[in-house]
Amino acid sequence: MATSSEPALIHARGLTKRFGAFTAVDAVDFDVAPGESFGFLGPNGAGKTSTVRMIGCVSPVTEGVLTVLGLDPAADSSRIKSRIGVVPQQDTLDMELTVRENLVIYGRYFDLSRREAGRRADELLEFVQLGERAKSQVEPLSGGMKRRLTIARSLINEPSLLLLDEPTTGLDPQARHLLWDRLYRLKQRGVTLVLTTHFMDEAEQLCDRLVVMDKAKIVAVGSPRELIEQYSTREVLELRFPADAAPTDGSIFDGVASRVEQLPDRVLLYADDGEAAAVVLHERGVRPETSLVRRSSLEDVFLRLTGRSLIE
Amino acid sequence: MTSLSTIAPAYQPGTRAARLIERNVMVYRRTWIMLVSGFFEPVFYLLAIGFGIGGLVGPILLPSGEHVSYAVFVAPGLLASSAMNGAIYDSTFNIFFKLRYAKTYDAMLSTPMAVTDVAVGEIAWALIRGTMYAVGFLVAMAFLGLIKSPLIVFAIPGAMLIGFAFAAVGMAATTWVRRWTDFDWIFVVTLPLFLFSATFYPITVYPEPLRTFVSLTPLTQGVELLRSLALGTVGPDILVHIAYLLVMGLVGLVVVDRRLARLLLK
Amino acid sequence: MTAALRVLEFNAMGYRRVWRGTLFSTFLSPVLFLAAMGLGLGAFVDQGGNGALGPFSYAAFLAPGLLAGQAMQTAGFESTYPIMGAIIWDRTYFGMLATPITVTGIVFGTLGWMAVRLAMVSTAFFIVMVAFGLVASPLGILSIGVGVMTGLAFAAPIMAFAATRKNDQAFSMIFRFGLTPMFLFSGTFFPIERLPARIQLLAEILPLHHGVALARHLCLGDAADRSDQVVHVVVLSAYIVAGTIAALITFRRTLVR
Repeated sequence: MATSSEPALIHARGLTKRFGAFTAVDAVDFDVAPGESFGFLGPNGAGKTSTVRMIGCVSPVTEGVLTVLGLDPAADSSRIKSRIGVVPQQDTLDMELTVRENLVIYGRYFDLSRREAGRRADELLEFVQLGERAKSQVEPLSGGMKRRLTIARSLINEPSLLLLDEPTTGLDPQARHLLWDRLYRLKQRGVTLVLTTHFMDEAEQLCDRLVVMDKAKIVAVGSPRELIEQYSTREVLELRFPADAAPTDGSIFDGVASRVEQLPDRVLLYADDGEAAAVVLHERGVRPETSLVRRSSLEDVFLRLTGRSLIE
Repeated sequence: MTSLSTIAPAYQPGTRAARLIERNVMVYRRTWIMLVSGFFEPVFYLLAIGFGIGGLVGPILLPSGEHVSYAVFVAPGLLASSAMNGAIYDSTFNIFFKLRYAKTYDAMLSTPMAVTDVAVGEIAWALIRGTMYAVGFLVAMAFLGLIKSPLIVFAIPGAMLIGFAFAAVGMAATTWVRRWTDFDWIFVVTLPLFLFSATFYPITVYPEPLRTFVSLTPLTQGVELLRSLALGTVGPDILVHIAYLLVMGLVGLVVVDRRLARLLLK
Repeated sequence: MTAALRVLEFNAMGYRRVWRGTLFSTFLSPVLFLAAMGLGLGAFVDQGGNGALGPFSYAAFLAPGLLAGQAMQTAGFESTYPIMGAIIWDRTYFGMLATPITVTGIVFGTLGWMAVRLAMVSTAFFIVMVAFGLVASPLGILSIGVGVMTGLAFAAPIMAFAATRKNDQAFSMIFRFGLTPMFLFSGTFFPIERLPARIQLLAEILPLHHGVALARHLCLGDAADRSDQVVHVVVLSAYIVAGTIAALITFRRTLVR
């Protein structure tokens, strides 16, 4: 967690990115403390990638203040980049090189000696469980393996800050869990993680603190638990109705929950005691096809904040 | 954290260009046969045109009043045009693939490498390959008995200069290419240059004002430079040729640097 | 045969989208080559006058050779990267095989399309030759057919080889060590009699020389010996037939498993 005594690793005030007339990031403020795991949560097009690219010094800041590791990206990009690791949205792996060569040459870009680059490459291949594929070409690797290789590549310079743009998008559940496990270990070693995601479970698993972004702006900040407490109830009652049988009159839910969301396929009732709410509705003659009580998640926070479901 | 600036190394743009060359060497270590095979094409041309056609042509009269065999005359022209073709090939298709499809440079720019390192590194790589072929070509010329003047050793830096000029401009042009079919336009430029730049015959074939026009085209500058070195007829013109190619390459390099920054740092 | 026509139609549709780009190579490159080599360099050959070419100008000697050479290069390109593309990169052929189209249909349709392309390229070249005044005999028009045959003599075997490849690395070797030397040493630019005896023999075995010689005799109208022409046609046909059979075999092996 961030403690006020330490200076911020990343510091942004009024940070803005414009592409011509389009504003991708609109005057956002945030600070990331050393050692914390910080997330940008939001739907596609919210401005997460643009923000992370600015932090990674591959996208010039249009307006506002940004310092990374206490340095200005405009003036000191190479020095900043020498201390950070980047996992971009698409794995830009070098298809003309083998798995191990990808890591070695990347180490050389950071001015490591050949011997040191080779040593770290072997170590990292073990870390991401690709040791047996060291001599393989990159092309035939599965999506999950390529992603793991990209993560290994981002660690070759032993970065103090790791930027991950949608690290698990497009991966199957097994590959995602393996990646989460590796990221969790890095976090334990004290690496600061900054990641973007549109997966709630990912944000809840990995982030100490996160900002919710929507339409180029930050709409909320806090730990996953704080955000849920602040913007949702303890529990959610989810009701599904057969097609055309959903109650047309919303007033039937009155007084049962502190908030009601009617989505196209289901109704969400926010209440601290979901079971009690279900009993009341049953007494009122509401007969859903299925009924489920669950704990609130960031999905609910996002819905509350933006009025939209995160994954549409 | 304030001590970070002392941890991170100080840095000059352009100094990591060697890393990119190292990467290309790594790639070619496995496909070295491709690299070696590039040597043969200009030598095939030298044999076919210098000796095959040369037997039909008869000796060529130089402006000095001296006669030389057609093979001696045409060899430096072929060296110049192969320097151009090699540089264009390296700086167009290869670069386009890495820039638009493989995203090789995007990955590099997440490291301390800067855009200038990429531009300088790729052009330097094209020059290294070109130099290897130029040396090979001179050795072939020596075996075929086509060396006339010791000054021809300077044809190696001369060929590098031609390679630099065309690689820089070719790479600059590539930054505007959007589809593979756009490369047809590169051939619209390079094929006429190859065929009409006084490579195969003295520029005196052309009537004025065509002759002046042709003499101002870049490959003609390169051909005249290498030919004067090969035939030992070096005059003050050589400075014009050198300056011309140098400026062309430097302008190309500046354009490449700016364009790559625009394309890669959005 | 309808299957082959469908495959041909498919290729023609693809070509309709890119034909503008090929205009340059189809028309302009023969003009440039003939102007530079035929007229520019030709002026020196004709002045040099050692009579090796008989009564003909160098441009008239060179043009039919270039026609055959260009047919070879067109065929070389069309039978390497696009074939690999249809098998490995885009897997178009597998899509076709899910329809009533057979492997035989694919092979003949692809060759048929190449014949159409070769006819286009050779016709364009012939028109340029006529414009330059380089066709001495009315029989010269048959050199368009020679261009098609020469091209197919390369396309069929190269296509058969391309179907056995998993990546495109071998292709640049075909060009560098196969097609480029053949283009230069098959009598295109100078009579093969000027080559050392062994190399001359090699040139006589390979197909391009036969295409060049046949087109040249037709355009210059100097065919003294008919039996020579028959030999050229037989050799080219043999390459086409053998290559097609090989292609049928390798395509079946790669596409049907």
